[in-house]
Amino acid sequence: MADTASATVRSAITTVGVDDPTKRDLLKLVTGSAVVIGVGAIAWPFIDSMSPAKDVLALSSIEVDLAPIQEGQAITAVWRGKPIFLRNRSAQEIKEAEGTPLNQLIDPQSDADRVKPGKEKWLVVIGICTHLGCVPLGNKTSDPRGDFGGWFCPCHGSQYDTSGRVRHGPAPSNLGLPPYAFIGDTKIKIG
Amino acid sequence: MAGLHKSEFENPVVNWIDTRMPIFTMMQKEYGSFPTPKNFNYFWNFGALAMISLAIMIATGIFLAMNYTAHTTLAFDSVERIMRDVNYGWLLRYVHANGASMFFIVVYIHIFRALYYGSYKAPRELLFMLGVVILLLMMATAFMGYVLPWGQMSYWGATVITNLFSAIPIVGESIVTWLWGGFSVDNPTLNRFYSLHYLMPFMITGVVFLHIVALHITGSNNPLGIDVKTPQDTLPFHPYYTAKDSIGICVYLLVFAGLVFFAPNFLNHPDNYIPANPLVTPAHIVPEWYFLPYYAILRSVPNKLGGVILMFSSIAVLFFLPWLDTSPVRSSRFRPIYKQLILVMVASFLVLGYVGGKPPEGIYVVLGRVATAYWFLHFLVLLPILGKLEKPLPLPESIARPVVRRPPPGGGGGPLPQGATAKPMEKS
Repeated sequence: MADTASATVRSAITTVGVDDPTKRDLLKLVTGSAVVIGVGAIAWPFIDSMSPAKDVLALSSIEVDLAPIQEGQAITAVWRGKPIFLRNRSAQEIKEAEGTPLNQLIDPQSDADRVKPGKEKWLVVIGICTHLGCVPLGNKTSDPRGDFGGWFCPCHGSQYDTSGRVRHGPAPSNLGLPPYAFIGDTKIKIG
Repeated sequence: MAGLHKSEFENPVVNWIDTRMPIFTMMQKEYGSFPTPKNFNYFWNFGALAMISLAIMIATGIFLAMNYTAHTTLAFDSVERIMRDVNYGWLLRYVHANGASMFFIVVYIHIFRALYYGSYKAPRELLFMLGVVILLLMMATAFMGYVLPWGQMSYWGATVITNLFSAIPIVGESIVTWLWGGFSVDNPTLNRFYSLHYLMPFMITGVVFLHIVALHITGSNNPLGIDVKTPQDTLPFHPYYTAKDSIGICVYLLVFAGLVFFAPNFLNHPDNYIPANPLVTPAHIVPEWYFLPYYAILRSVPNKLGGVILMFSSIAVLFFLPWLDTSPVRSSRFRPIYKQLILVMVASFLVLGYVGGKPPEGIYVVLGRVATAYWFLHFLVLLPILGKLEKPLPLPESIARPVVRRPPPGGGGGPLPQGATAKPMEKS
């Protein structure tokens, strides 16, 4: 009886045509695709577990009170583990920043694009040199500020102006701007 | 004898590598054309399943380690952070935690297979002993892993198990202090357990490699327990057993997924979600299910040193099994009495597991003692005697004979006469 059954199965297989090479190719393709999808589905949780976790993302916004910062001074806040420079610019510094012709800049950008309208005295930039990630000097009044009155990076000598724009290499671009908004006259929310 | 390998692969890149380092030829020989007995049943899936389990445990473990903090004040919270904040952290942890259970289920069935079909007998003694070494390494790894979340069960499990060594006369206390790195289970203990928990899976991988080397020298046993005699007895490993293993892997993953997604804490203890407290022991303290039989043996002896010795002996006895079993016949199919006894042995193991999870009082103590007694009686007394007394059934002439059924010219099937298929195996 077992013999009859297996013989029936065998003839059934032959009529369906598993021996047919194109059918075999299709089977291989379908199986292969299923394997790739399965492996991808398994790999994704592993890969994604290395992305920022929810508690890390929850730390992604901070509020800073600007009131204690006197004119000409700057403070450093920490946002997402990075230093944020908050500088209360003097009228002289604002004038220098606004008056610089764009063609003299390595990474041309006007000062107006780097501050909020009506709040020109507050400069908020990410305090990380765009060369290789050092923290430039210049927040303390006793720090060297370079030839342009902004910041001076001690690692490789990049210099930034009073708008945080790079003026002297090797840094390729201006200090980054974090997303922020004024939530009061002297209070901002970063992130 | 240095010299380039003469590779037969057609792909030029594969050929170039294979000529200089013939790993492709090796894989083809060991997993492609490897001659494998043609009569495997599904019990022969469990070696591959154990390999899959090990791979899953190492993969999830490495990613969990990226978010785990081995410090008494931070460990519990870091595990909760994995559960709540880390992307798919809950999945990684539940797969790792239940993966340990799956690994033990698979390995226990794998061992049962070896015992039932006599896979430990000559020439596979060393292969079997390497397997017992893997089991011991697994137990150490699982124990240390369970300590890491630093819950109440972690802490008290660590305390109880490390205290086993205090039963050693004279030096016991000093050894325990050395294991702890202090005067109680504390931060130094947690740190070293973490380090060793990360190390030991790679030691297991090494012994698994040796296990497979030994397997590929002796060749696999098979359900009939007789030696492979001709090429007609075998099939190439690929595609026949890669396909058969794949089916087993699918079923295994279904069960695994069922645990992970529908009952992730079924095998866990609620007490382990309470942070470790060195001043309060939980009312009912039990180890993980896969340790319960040994725990029952430990508790069935009303003497500290005696219990510890008996517990370790219950596994150590397996190292001597190839010589304790004196029967030349491997497979239980041809051993009418052993076939019954091994089921009694499995029952005693299950009873011990059941008793280990119950409080040590009343009927459970009696049951535990009876089962413990049978465990040792089975290995140390019954097996050596049985080999001399038992009359085995006639063995088949070859693997191919009972499997390939050639229809006689007349057409109708039917079994061949007894004498044609069977003759007693010669004593070796």
